[in-house]
Amino acid sequence: MLLRFLSFSCILSLVLLLSTSLLVAQDRGDVLIQNATVHTVTNGTLENTDILVRDGRIESLGAGLSAPSGVRVIDATDLHVMPGIIDAHSHIGISNVNEATRPVTADVGVGDVLNPYDVSIYRALAGGTTTAHVMHGSANAIGGRNQTIKLRYGDLNPEHYRFDGAPRTIKFALGENPMRVHGQGQGIKPRTRMGVEFVIRDAFRQAQVYAEQKAAYANGDRPTPPPYSERLEVLSDVLSGDIVVHAHSYRADEMLMLMQVIDDFGLNDTFVLQHSIEAFKIAPEIAAQGIPVSVFMDWWGFKFEAYNAAAHNAAILIRNGITASIHSDSGDLIRHMYHQAAKSQRYGDLTDDEALSLVTINPAIQLGIDDRVGSIEEGKDADLALFSAHPLSVYAVPQMTFVDGVVRFDRATDPDDMRLQVNPEGDVAPAYAGETHSHSHDHPHDAHGHGVGCMEGVNLFEFLSTK
Amino acid sequence: MSFLLSVLLAAGLLFGTPVDATATDDRGPFAITNAELVTVANGTISNGTLIIENGRITALGTDVTIPEGATVIDAEGKSVYPGMIDSGTRLGVTEVGSISLTQDFNEVGALNPQLDILTAVHPNSRLIPVNRVAGITTVITEPSGGRISGTAALINLHGYTPEQMHVGGAELMTVNYPSTGRGGWWDRRSDEEIEREAQEAIDELNLVWDRAAQYAQIDSAHTADPQAHEAPSYVPEMEAMLPVVRGGMPVMIRVNRSADIRSALEWIADRELEQVVLSGVSEGWRVADLIAEAGVPVLAGPVIATPSRSSDRYDRAYENAALMHEAGVTVALRTGEDANVRNLPFNAGFAVAYGMPYEDALRAVTLTPAEIFGVADELGSLEEGKQASLFIADGDPFEPATAVTHLFINGYQIPMESEQSRLYEEFLDRQPGATLHPQE
Repeated sequence: MLLRFLSFSCILSLVLLLSTSLLVAQDRGDVLIQNATVHTVTNGTLENTDILVRDGRIESLGAGLSAPSGVRVIDATDLHVMPGIIDAHSHIGISNVNEATRPVTADVGVGDVLNPYDVSIYRALAGGTTTAHVMHGSANAIGGRNQTIKLRYGDLNPEHYRFDGAPRTIKFALGENPMRVHGQGQGIKPRTRMGVEFVIRDAFRQAQVYAEQKAAYANGDRPTPPPYSERLEVLSDVLSGDIVVHAHSYRADEMLMLMQVIDDFGLNDTFVLQHSIEAFKIAPEIAAQGIPVSVFMDWWGFKFEAYNAAAHNAAILIRNGITASIHSDSGDLIRHMYHQAAKSQRYGDLTDDEALSLVTINPAIQLGIDDRVGSIEEGKDADLALFSAHPLSVYAVPQMTFVDGVVRFDRATDPDDMRLQVNPEGDVAPAYAGETHSHSHDHPHDAHGHGVGCMEGVNLFEFLSTK
Repeated sequence: MSFLLSVLLAAGLLFGTPVDATATDDRGPFAITNAELVTVANGTISNGTLIIENGRITALGTDVTIPEGATVIDAEGKSVYPGMIDSGTRLGVTEVGSISLTQDFNEVGALNPQLDILTAVHPNSRLIPVNRVAGITTVITEPSGGRISGTAALINLHGYTPEQMHVGGAELMTVNYPSTGRGGWWDRRSDEEIEREAQEAIDELNLVWDRAAQYAQIDSAHTADPQAHEAPSYVPEMEAMLPVVRGGMPVMIRVNRSADIRSALEWIADRELEQVVLSGVSEGWRVADLIAEAGVPVLAGPVIATPSRSSDRYDRAYENAALMHEAGVTVALRTGEDANVRNLPFNAGFAVAYGMPYEDALRAVTLTPAEIFGVADELGSLEEGKQASLFIADGDPFEPATAVTHLFINGYQIPMESEQSRLYEEFLDRQPGATLHPQE
């Protein structure tokens, strides 16, 4: 009886939990933005244009639109609107980054540790960013699953941050980081780029065998299913194309290696290269295989595999017909991605729309959410960023940012302190005595900067001492 | 460092690095014509001509005679600016961030006034051409670590020896001011421990200064009358402090937290330091009036950075330079960078976007630092007699889309090339194109 009661209450609470998370609708707003210069990205720039947002979506785009009663009107004369910026590589809004305990950790996911209290989310909004692909770190050849989130800062329910419908993705990492963490740090594979390839192929093969055994059991060809493995379940989903691989990579040779592996397993359509400092060297090969690439704008030299770099990487990739994006991988850079994109006009000759596409429609395509975001079009989500000037100008100051039509950043009215969790009895947040870092690269010397780099969660001192 | 990395490093540095294109030995004369001359010191001259001879600006204006045999650069539609100065970098003293054996800015020991950054400046660092083509001709390159890190130096970003690069003899003794703050999330000390250690560090700094003053007294007495007074027994750290306590060498104090800035200003007043600047100063906006009152200039930045506290308004780092400037502080800008010193103009642009008047931001990367470092007779503006360290741009150099088209450093015309621009040329339209990879 007691047992039955317990199980009943368990089910009841489960049902309650599910219903609350499903029934509590995410906020959607209505607004009329009038008389703006609208950078649609996909359909050119429209002068003196109005955007009518109803229930979180762009209902219409044109001149002389009128606001239905009760809908807020924003006069955007002399202001510029661009699509909410999308960061294809971020580590904000999560409590942990790296499960740096094994070379393959497909069984974990950062979506389980979303942290709505991270003020970095607000700061990203204050730079016009509305969507972030929050990634597991780069300690492991096959890391954990990532989570695409909308920056609904102010909402305290982590579940509401998930970009509903966004394809599942997983982090892979090649080169120095997994080699340092596991080969140098633990004395296990991978210690070389050969080892990295082996670890990935081996994991894929194990997942194939696992899937075969499951299928055999289902067909009655096998008396028992294989022992349950979350890791192999996830990897099976990778192999069936349900989970997109996002691979941290620096050198051209390691990218070619993984491109071969990916092709061998038939995953060309569910594969994105990340960081990819030397992608420009093999642009024709990447283009031929149809692989999208997300790169740093101008970071380089912070480790050896990032030394043979060119800030012209994005421009070369675009000119070779590759869907390229610029990402932040930083709690600082995610606040001015429009400015990072602008530099593609110094290091290359991209048009305004091409430059803007690097942080809007192209990352949307890479994340499989381009039917919803990444451009200003009727029917798309009203994720919009309002600027004081052309967003590619260094003088542009973000004024307001909308997510699903809801104002999530307003320069004119937001208070200075935007933390959501302030304990009046507690210590004042310490200002770090060290230099203010303009960035935090994913190597040990800088990873302690602001705790958002790829190597966050790895015991840095341990690795420094193993060198 | 692992054997693997050593091998990679050796392979890359010995065989992989092409020699960077060098300036020609042609030192002019050059005549830049039809240009807008943004002098910084004396307004802007439209449709002007600027003459470079023997490394110097010998004439500029609208009524200038072009010397015979001059190479004429028609700058129609373009502007000439004095070369930008970054007031805090590690250019030349680091090559690869994660490989400590390529880094020369952080020596063992807490008190190292005897170390000179010029010893370690690598004139052929690949980082130098990559950054100077943004129009940055001159930087402070600085040591860090410990309490006294050694001397920082002002260097031109062209030259084959540190001596050739060093400008106007400008060197600054670099002091890391003791912090009462936590080093970061890994710092597990109690508040009491932090306070006690900070006070001990300040006491230690005072001890160094007191001893150096004594050392200087003994040394002066000996110099005046070698028969009557023995020379001080040799202490390398004290020898190095002589120009500091005698007032010949300025002190650069690296400090960021507002409480520490406050404490540093008191310390400066107590020690009656006159030649002194603050560097970093990320929370300067909190105590801007105090800094202004003390009359101590600041080398502020990076501008493009996150605020120092999670409770701070999101744009404090952007505004910091503007707020200090508005309070009357003399502000020069620094990136604190190495690989991306080229972002200096964008840091200046952000300072403007968040409130600093354009002319003052331009000054903060040209004439103001030249004045702070005592080289305003050589650098920082387009004026007759100054070093020809300048660049030509097709627009506002703070705007990303602007192209810098010509660069002169100390009169040498510098090729607008770097390892990165060469990679761009080679790989934009790579031949041969795609291999059949992967094999179908």
